[in-house]
Amino acid sequence: MIPAIGVGGCAGKLSILDPAGPAAGATALLWWVMLAGATASFLLVVALVAVAFLRPGIGAGIPPRRWLVWGGLAFPGTVLAALLVFALATGERLLPHPGSGATVVEAVPEQWAWTFRYAGGRETRDILHLPAGRPVDVRVIGTDVIHSFWVPRLGGKVDAIPGHVNTIRLRADRPGRYGGVCSEFCGTGHTSMTFTAVAHEAGAFEEAVSAASGTSLEGTR
Amino acid sequence: MSDAARPLVSGGAAPRDTDTPEDLTPAQRDLARIWETPPGWGRLAAVNHTVLGRRFIVAAFVFFAIGGVLAMLIRAQLASPRSAFVGPELYNQIFTMHGTVMMFLFAIPMFEGLAIYLLPKMLGARDFAFPRLTAFGFWCYVLGGTILVAAMLLGIAPDSGWFMYTPLSSGRHSPGINADIWLLGVTFVEISAIAAAVEFTVSILKFRAPGMSLSRMPLFGWYVLVTAGMMLVGFPPLILGSVLLEAERVLDLPFFDPARGGDALLWQHLFWLFGHPEVYIIFLPAAGLVSTILPVLVRREILGYAAIVVSITVMGFLSFGLWVHHMFTVGIPHLAQAFFSAASVLVAIPTSVQIFLWIGTMMAGRPSFSVPMLYLVGFFVVFVCGGLTGVMLAIVPFDWQVHDTHFVVAHMHYVLVGGFIFPMLAAAYYYLPHVTGREPLYGVGKLAFWLIFVGFNLTFLIMHLTGLLGMPRRYASFPTGYGWDWPNLISSVGGFITTAGFALFAIDMLFQLRFGRRTKPDPWGAETLEWAMPLRPRAYAFASLPTVSSRTPLRDAPGLGAALERGEGHLATPRNRWQETLVVDMASGEPEHIAILPRPTILPLLTALAIAGIVLALLFKLFWLAPAAAAAMVVLLLLWSRDAGQRQDHGLLDAGRGLALPLHAEVARPASWWGVVFLLAADATAFASLVFGALFLWLVAPGWPGPEVVPLPPAKALALAAAVLAAAVAGRAAVAALRRSVPAAALALWAAAVAEAAALGLALWLMLADVPAPTSHASLAMTAAFLAFVALHAGIGAVLAALGVWRCVAGYVSVRRAADLRIGVLWHDYTAATALLSLVFLAALPWLVPLRSLARP
Repeated sequence: MIPAIGVGGCAGKLSILDPAGPAAGATALLWWVMLAGATASFLLVVALVAVAFLRPGIGAGIPPRRWLVWGGLAFPGTVLAALLVFALATGERLLPHPGSGATVVEAVPEQWAWTFRYAGGRETRDILHLPAGRPVDVRVIGTDVIHSFWVPRLGGKVDAIPGHVNTIRLRADRPGRYGGVCSEFCGTGHTSMTFTAVAHEAGAFEEAVSAASGTSLEGTR
Repeated sequence: MSDAARPLVSGGAAPRDTDTPEDLTPAQRDLARIWETPPGWGRLAAVNHTVLGRRFIVAAFVFFAIGGVLAMLIRAQLASPRSAFVGPELYNQIFTMHGTVMMFLFAIPMFEGLAIYLLPKMLGARDFAFPRLTAFGFWCYVLGGTILVAAMLLGIAPDSGWFMYTPLSSGRHSPGINADIWLLGVTFVEISAIAAAVEFTVSILKFRAPGMSLSRMPLFGWYVLVTAGMMLVGFPPLILGSVLLEAERVLDLPFFDPARGGDALLWQHLFWLFGHPEVYIIFLPAAGLVSTILPVLVRREILGYAAIVVSITVMGFLSFGLWVHHMFTVGIPHLAQAFFSAASVLVAIPTSVQIFLWIGTMMAGRPSFSVPMLYLVGFFVVFVCGGLTGVMLAIVPFDWQVHDTHFVVAHMHYVLVGGFIFPMLAAAYYYLPHVTGREPLYGVGKLAFWLIFVGFNLTFLIMHLTGLLGMPRRYASFPTGYGWDWPNLISSVGGFITTAGFALFAIDMLFQLRFGRRTKPDPWGAETLEWAMPLRPRAYAFASLPTVSSRTPLRDAPGLGAALERGEGHLATPRNRWQETLVVDMASGEPEHIAILPRPTILPLLTALAIAGIVLALLFKLFWLAPAAAAAMVVLLLLWSRDAGQRQDHGLLDAGRGLALPLHAEVARPASWWGVVFLLAADATAFASLVFGALFLWLVAPGWPGPEVVPLPPAKALALAAAVLAAAVAGRAAVAALRRSVPAAALALWAAAVAEAAALGLALWLMLADVPAPTSHASLAMTAAFLAFVALHAGIGAVLAALGVWRCVAGYVSVRRAADLRIGVLWHDYTAATALLSLVFLAALPWLVPLRSLARP
């Protein structure tokens, strides 16, 4: 298979900073934008504090209202409004809107393993098969305790809450193997509750699922 | 250690508890005798705010050290991949207890301790409104904390994470005693938070110096007032949630079990309804210290007093609209997520207002690098980072990625360490001369700062990256090959450097207590009242009470402290061995009456011990013991009233400087009346949370509709309604009857007691006989919960009314001394209101079922 190629060689196969699909890609972009904005804001505050020490009394003539209106209201108000619009638009795009012909799979986490179900009653354990280049809706089904389904390089996470079903839309741009974890603390086996998402060429997906579910039914884990 | 060789000041190495008698005037000597805490075992009877404030601070620091050791165990475990230092069973207890200890046993009590020590002095009062309540809160805190820590030493500590998500914490998935210890132990500790919140609210609003209108109140008072209000509203959802979860564990009532109509999400809502405001409850008092200390250190009055008051009030309200941002991944509609995202981002604005006004104050003033200032700069750097990552986490798609990773762990530590610990350390050095009465020595403090500052950033800055590299939180160990190895190692190294810094700080504090020259009063040139007294402060705080005409009383009258010592203020001459202080009008600060505060007593300790008995009985399933301990608690609480009130009318008494005021017993609304008002506000929040819970389950939970809903039998329900209404009417009739005679009032109170007892009986009867199989479905369990709520309040109402009868007979009540009865009216009215609401709500619920299709499309 295709080894994950990390950013600068240091990002492993669970890195948010090494996206392999549109959802993770949009979020990574969001991160870099926010990091830049946050760094600028942080430097502004630190610079102001530094100036207060280096030039004592320099701000004696600045009326409080100016700090209040520009620093307290206008500056964060503008930045945050822009950020919210950008983020909401991003979030809306990532939702599993109906009618987009997505492949549907079910993820069934239980203490402490993953079962994935596909059309036709096929099942795999701890390996999620996906078609690459196509949207996939993962229906995450709650069972015993709360777990959370997360393939960082493909997109965000969604919780598996007993009695509830949550759906998340993922898409892998390229065939490959992507790490997945349970990200909600679920007891002593939490750490070992990992799985692998394997994205196949779209044409090879169905065959791969059938082959894998056959071996999986033998009970090997 | 060169300090050790220096000749010590008079009094030797031990710090002096009291001044030698020859230092004092006769009036001061009388005050000292009246206000002193008895020595030896009598220390257990302490109710004085200075003593209890110090004890709270010391206890909180001990728990901080325990939490710190747990943090080091976490960092030791995660220093290298595939660590075999501890197994997951133990590791889960360690991180659960680290969070629990730091949140519930360190942060909240530490702020409470500082506020308890400082507030009366800042506000110009001799003590709080309810000194015994302060002591009671302290014992509940220490005993509850001890139970939690003892469990840890026995290896049976809670292990479901500090937010105790169910079903992991349910009876099925956590069958051991561990989760019970969290639910009962933390709830026990929360009693102290509610006690402190009532104490702070009433004392800040009423126990101030004459002339200190709200607009002249020190900003710290505003911060704690808002915080206390938030605690009154924030803690009840957690307490209610804990009671419901414990009821599910012990009685199998399925509030959170999706198979029987419950919902695990209800716990998350109740927990974060508390949990998010909790962050601001921790941050706001610390920000209040920044607003207090910073202007003094830069020698410039704070800019924008009014804007700061508005912004903290806005923060208080906003913080209750954000809780869902902890739940962006649970499957909530995107529109709702957008709303909570916007609200979460919005809270950055009042924060920015404060930050820029602080910066403006610094730039207008002349800052220099004293040790407290060093920690304040640390606060700016660290807290602003935490705030910025907080904005990032409020952004929904980003949260979907980093939620439950080490990024969140890093963010949270930046906010809490930056927003709480750094200001607290600044305050520790700033108020050191106040507490020790000695001039501080600053060499070690600077070194400790750099160790803490560098170590902290080393630990947690890199941890953001660990999270971005995909490492979930609460991993007991981690495999190699994900790029997590070196960031974790750096975090561990940084953690140990931070710990070294804190250890140095602790050693420094111990040395400061013992060594150093006696300080002059007001060493920083501050202008607020806590510095208008000789240091260390005496038990009575002020020899006479000041009158205030601005926000800066010590600038108006630099010799104020000495003048008050000479007895030139109010209440300079003690009488009748009374512990007197002044009570003022809430808004204007006009003097209203004189409060006589209770003397040292062991009752708070005994009452807390009785509650500890209840908790231990429930923990060890000794269900026969719990009612006995509860009965002991009720008897002890009744004994509290023996020392409250007066058996005769005194009329107007001299308050000094030509002022004549009535005693608290002879006014319509004494502190105790206000205390009950705020206690009922907290209670009403618990009730509202219960209503929310029932609606949430009816509308959202899976597994509905449940079994056929059996309406409560109308005859019994109407009888219950009639009983609570009769009690309310009788309670009011007692106040009216007082104008005729005390026996007539007593008779009306008898009627109230009988009516409440009848209501108690009817509610229990309904609950036990007319709610079939409450364990079968959450709808029935909820019905039982409402009836239990009504029964509890009717029962307390019956006891209160009976107590009122006794107070009438024993001579505590007269036309002028009617507050007992007015408090009864509050309780009976509240009980009637919640009981009627409960009955109407239960009757209306079946009609709401069609709404499910709207809530769950």
